[in-house]
Amino acid sequence: MFDTTYHRAASVADAAETAAKADDAAYLSGGQTLLPTMKQRLASPSDLVDLSQIAEMQGISVAGDTVTIGAGTPHADVAGSTDVQNAIPALAALAGNIGDPAVRARGTLGGSIANNDPAADYPAACLGLNATIVTNTRELAAADFFEGLFETALEEGEIVTAVRFPVPSRAAYAKFPNPASRYAMAGVMVAQTGDGVRVAVTGAGNDGVFRHEAMEAALGTNWSADALADVSTDADDMLSDMHGSAEYRAHLVGVMAKRAVESA
Amino acid sequence: MTKISMTVNDKAVSRDVPDNTLLVEFIRENLRLTGTHVGCDTSQCGACVVHVDGKAIKSCTTLAASVDGATVTTVEGLANGKELHPVQQAFKDNHGLQCGFCTPGMIMSATDMIARYQASGEELTEAAIRHELEGNICRCTGYHNIVKSIQDAAAKMANA
Repeated sequence: MFDTTYHRAASVADAAETAAKADDAAYLSGGQTLLPTMKQRLASPSDLVDLSQIAEMQGISVAGDTVTIGAGTPHADVAGSTDVQNAIPALAALAGNIGDPAVRARGTLGGSIANNDPAADYPAACLGLNATIVTNTRELAAADFFEGLFETALEEGEIVTAVRFPVPSRAAYAKFPNPASRYAMAGVMVAQTGDGVRVAVTGAGNDGVFRHEAMEAALGTNWSADALADVSTDADDMLSDMHGSAEYRAHLVGVMAKRAVESA
Repeated sequence: MTKISMTVNDKAVSRDVPDNTLLVEFIRENLRLTGTHVGCDTSQCGACVVHVDGKAIKSCTTLAASVDGATVTTVEGLANGKELHPVQQAFKDNHGLQCGFCTPGMIMSATDMIARYQASGEELTEAAIRHELEGNICRCTGYHNIVKSIQDAAAKMANA
């Protein structure tokens, strides 16, 4: 790892100010992606601004039909939260299957979505549940936040501070994890929401997380796994790599979507 | 350089280290506690698992500076003098290791999972143990005796 200068931010404002003064700062949260990337010398920020001790970015609250999760909340806390388990069990289950237990103890919601790995789980939760991403300067719908492979709408220095999830009438997430990395080969969040049926797919698309409109239409008229029997997924839009071809992933999306609907 | 202070295995420690020092480097190279191992250095294998403020984490994927002020337990901190921790004893009794390289991480993950399951009242089944061990890789045992060791320790700790 190249040299870097570490700063522990006391508040969101302090973090933004410290980052703005640095040459090339990166925000550090759980560090479960950033630190491995730095160790491989694929990233070399001059300064690291640690967000993990900022109290205002921690914690989970439920008010009415909305679950608000601080961006600094680790996956294990989301998975273990009785509030999340009661309000959106699909979200608690999704968080409980990210990586492995030690990764879940450190990795955070904000860190995951700010990185927007095309095989990460949380982007499917945010898009599928129609979440609102709250930053230190504005609020964005999930659909406007995720912009492709490792790309988001975040401006230079902007910090994700919380995510608000509207409680769906029902939802479930099914993923086929890569057996080595535990990242999704295909992960599908299906939800019946106030905004209609939403289907969000991660791990499979060649442009990151996406909504599967044909599945949404089919499930909108008939909420059952059978309704998906004739819905296909275009392999031209899928990722292809050493772990699986585009055709394989296109098929896997259908299988995961059916499993999700059956367990919702 | 940053001055890092922590409580490691009940002892207050303090060292000046470069900002990019990983927790595992701090533990092994600065504190000379070499029970914590580095297997893969890419967060896959879990040989480096230690407890930070009561949670099992991978010390190769944590900056020492980011856990400044924390309470850390390494595998050296489990035994009570000459008396092994029940998880250590169970690994010994059940032949839960062969080469032993992954064992410190296995034992730290095992103590963490047993504590979490016993706190929640959930049963730590064989399937749960295997699922919980996803972040710990062993290349010798085939895991069977590791799982048996954890089941044995969990049963003894529940009755303790």
